[in-house]
Amino acid sequence: MHPAPSVIVFTTLSGLGFGLLAWLGIGMPVVTGWSAFAFFAVAYLLAVGGLISSTFHLGHPERALKAFTQWRSSWLSREAWAAVLALVVMGLYGAGLVFFGQRWSALGWIGAALSLGTVYTTSMIYGQMKTVPRWKTPLTSALYLTLSLAGGALLAGQVSFALILLPVAAVVQVLWWKRGDTALEQSGSTLASATGLARDGAVVRAFEPPHTGTNYLLREFVHVIGRKHARKLRLIALGLGFVLPVVLLLLPFSHVFGLVAVLSHVIGIAASRWLFFAEAEHVVGIYYGKRAA
Amino acid sequence: MTTLPTSTKKKLGLVIDLDTCVGCHACVISCKGWNTENYGAPLSDQDPYGGDPSGTFLNRVHSYEVQPLATSAMPHPAAQLVHFPKSCLHCEDAPCVTVCPTGASYKRVEDGIVLVNESDCIGCGLCAWACPYGAREMDAEEGVMKKCTLCVDRIYNENLPEVDREPVCVRTCPAGARHFGDFADPDSNVSRLTAERSGMDLMPEQGTKPVNQYLPPRPKDTLDQIDVLAPFLEPVMQESNGFLGWLDRTLEKI
Repeated sequence: MHPAPSVIVFTTLSGLGFGLLAWLGIGMPVVTGWSAFAFFAVAYLLAVGGLISSTFHLGHPERALKAFTQWRSSWLSREAWAAVLALVVMGLYGAGLVFFGQRWSALGWIGAALSLGTVYTTSMIYGQMKTVPRWKTPLTSALYLTLSLAGGALLAGQVSFALILLPVAAVVQVLWWKRGDTALEQSGSTLASATGLARDGAVVRAFEPPHTGTNYLLREFVHVIGRKHARKLRLIALGLGFVLPVVLLLLPFSHVFGLVAVLSHVIGIAASRWLFFAEAEHVVGIYYGKRAA
Repeated sequence: MTTLPTSTKKKLGLVIDLDTCVGCHACVISCKGWNTENYGAPLSDQDPYGGDPSGTFLNRVHSYEVQPLATSAMPHPAAQLVHFPKSCLHCEDAPCVTVCPTGASYKRVEDGIVLVNESDCIGCGLCAWACPYGAREMDAEEGVMKKCTLCVDRIYNENLPEVDREPVCVRTCPAGARHFGDFADPDSNVSRLTAERSGMDLMPEQGTKPVNQYLPPRPKDTLDQIDVLAPFLEPVMQESNGFLGWLDRTLEKI
C-alpha cells in the first residue's frame, strides 16, 4: 500500500491524542485548572490535528460531513462518530476540570471509553480489509489499542503504567510483524486463484500488464519495499518507539528525559506506521505479477 | 445506503470467454470512449502525450503465459498466451459497498449493478482498497471513484437501437468473447454459457461472490500430420557432386 504521509501522521498523532484522553478521562492524573488546560490542549492538538490531516487525502473534503451517514456498515463512518462523540464528551469533562475545578468522573469514564472506541474503529478500517492479508487480523486492533494506551500513559506521566504497557505494545508489534510476514501466503490468494488458469498443473506467469505506463492501482496498492530496508526500519521502530522510552523512564525522573522519551516514542511509532502501509501487500498486485505467485 | 441488498431481482453481469479473447483491447478503448462522454465525470488522462502518461480506465486487459505441465504424451507442451480482460465483477457480496462511509457506493436491488453516486463520493479511496480485483480507480482530475456501470446508460436506453442496448465492451468485441445477460435467470445466455463451459469465479477465497464469470480456455487441438506433399519433398540427391561435392569430400579427409 502507498504510505500516504497524511494517513501516517493522522493514525500516529490521533492514536496518541485519544490515548492521552483515555488516561485523563479515568483521572490518571487528576488535574485541574491550568495544568488540566495544558494536558487537554496537548491531547486535543494531537487528536484533532490528526483528524484534520486525514482529510488531506480526500478527493472532496468539502463533502466530509456525508461520512456520518453510513455507521451501520462502514467502519470509517463509525470512526467519524466515535471521534466526534469522544471529543465532545471529553471537552465537557475537560471544561469541568479547567473552569470549575470539578471532576465529573462518570463523564470522564464515558469519554475514556469513547476515546478508546475511536482508536478501535480506526484499527478496524484496516483490520477489516480482506484484500490486505497483513492487516486482516484482530492483532491489528490489539496493536493500535496497546500503542495508544502505552503512548497515552507516557504523555499522561503514568510512569509505572507506561513501563508495563510499552513492553506489552512492543510484544504485540513483534507478533504482528511475525504473523504479517506469512499472511499473504496463508491467505490463499495466488495468481492461480486470481486467474483460474493453473489447471492440471499448469504454471501461470504474468506476461504483459494492461498498459505500458503506470496507473492508480499500481501507485496506490503496489508499493514495493526492499526487505533489508524494512528490517532496519523495524529495528528503528522498536528502538525509538519502545526501548529508548523505557530506558529513559527507568532513569531518575527529569522533565527533559520525559520529553525525549515522548519524542522518541512518536518517531518510532511513525516509523512503525510507515511500515504498516509500505509493507502491506494488496492482493490486486497479484494480477500485475508483483507478488510471489 | 451502503448495506447490501439481501437479494436482487436480476443479476446482470458479463461472461468473459478467455478462450476466444484475442487481446485486441477494443473493449478497453470503447469503454473509455463511452464512459468519458456519458454518465458521470469523464475518465481523465494525466500527461497523455508526455513522458509519464496515465489515466483512468474501467476495463483493462492483462496477458498471462500459461505453461501446461509436461506429460509423457506431450513432453514439451508449448506455452499458451491468455488475454484476460478485467472490469468490475458486480459481486453479490461486494466489499466495496459496505466500506463506503457516505453511501455513495451502492448495489441496485433491481438489477444488482454496483454503482457510485459521484455527488456523494468524498474520494477517500476505501472502496478501491476493499476491492480485490482492482476494479475501481480514483479519477485524478475529478477526485471521485470511477468504476464499471455495466453501461447502465445504454442497457435501458430507449433512444438507442435495440441491438446497442448492451454494455459497449460487449457490443464492440470483434471476437465475441464478451456476453451480457441476467445470471438470475437459469435459461439466459450467460447462465447457459457458464454451465456449459464451467464458468469460474475470480479469487473465490475472497468470498465476494462475483456475478461476472470467466470461461477457461479450452484444451488446444493436437493436429495430426496432414501435409500430404511432405513425402515428395524429401531431398532427391543424397550424394553431392560437382565442385562443392569435391570440396566437401576433400575437407572431410583433412
